[in-house]
Amino acid sequence: MTHLPYIVASYGLAVLVLGWFSIGAWVRVGAARRRLAAIDPRRERGGG
Amino acid sequence: MSNAIGEAAPSGGTSLHRFANPGRFLRLSGIVLPWLIVPAVVLTVGGLGWGLFFAPADWQQGDAVRIMYVHVPSAWLASSGYFGLALASLFSLVWRHPLADLAAVEIGPVGAGFTALCLATGSLWGKPMWGAWWVWDARLTSVLVLLFLYLGHIVLVRAFDDPVRGYRAGSILALVGVINLPIIKFSVDWWNTLHQPASIGLTGSSMAPEMLWPLLVSALGFTFAFAAIVTARLRAAVMERRIRGLLMAKAGAR
Repeated sequence: MTHLPYIVASYGLAVLVLGWFSIGAWVRVGAARRRLAAIDPRRERGGG
Repeated sequence: MSNAIGEAAPSGGTSLHRFANPGRFLRLSGIVLPWLIVPAVVLTVGGLGWGLFFAPADWQQGDAVRIMYVHVPSAWLASSGYFGLALASLFSLVWRHPLADLAAVEIGPVGAGFTALCLATGSLWGKPMWGAWWVWDARLTSVLVLLFLYLGHIVLVRAFDDPVRGYRAGSILALVGVINLPIIKFSVDWWNTLHQPASIGLTGSSMAPEMLWPLLVSALGFTFAFAAIVTARLRAAVMERRIRGLLMAKAGAR
């Protein structure tokens, strides 16, 4: 495969950006859900 | 009229404000989110894997053409994400929709990330093909301006003690910045650029189907991923706002 370092770097960056935002959002939702459940358990039922 | 998130809302736009109820939004987005995540993962992995391992190399570019399967979808999301940001800003300014405020805040960093990815992969393609990491070409420069607009919006909405003033200032910047979108789109037609003209139009494509299909699958996957990330961030933002409201109410009751 020609230009392999450039291709690997491009796909690596894509995984990094998508992974960073996905994991960040997942962690943030989990933390907010736990915090909300702790102070307002009734809301959590609909918060899923 | 006072909405459930706690800001005054103008009369009119009632149907829009139905979705400003945090409980309703959380329920609805909780249903929608898995339907965004599953196609995002399947289509992105499928499209990128197809492009990387099975699509043919280009007769001129060789395997460097495979960078296109990351670069073009991220470019598409950079522009369409900004359009979403501008739309949220319009809803924020005109209808004072509180979810639109939060949507604009949450779209900004994701859009900036995809724009940075577009510029970085373009640069990684440019070095072996053009012999330069960067040229001050109209297309490249207008996308760089788009990145600065995103970064400006991210900073501006957080620059005020009163968040509402930040939302309004950010909305104005986002709406003014919309002028950059047609400049990006038509830069390759209006100016003599090093960047190649569009290969895909409304009426057809000049690309070989063996390259076009993985590109379309990858672009669709990136679109679902962008939507899923923004929806998840928006869910978190709504819950965080609710938490702040409850804590303030508890502090006030003491």
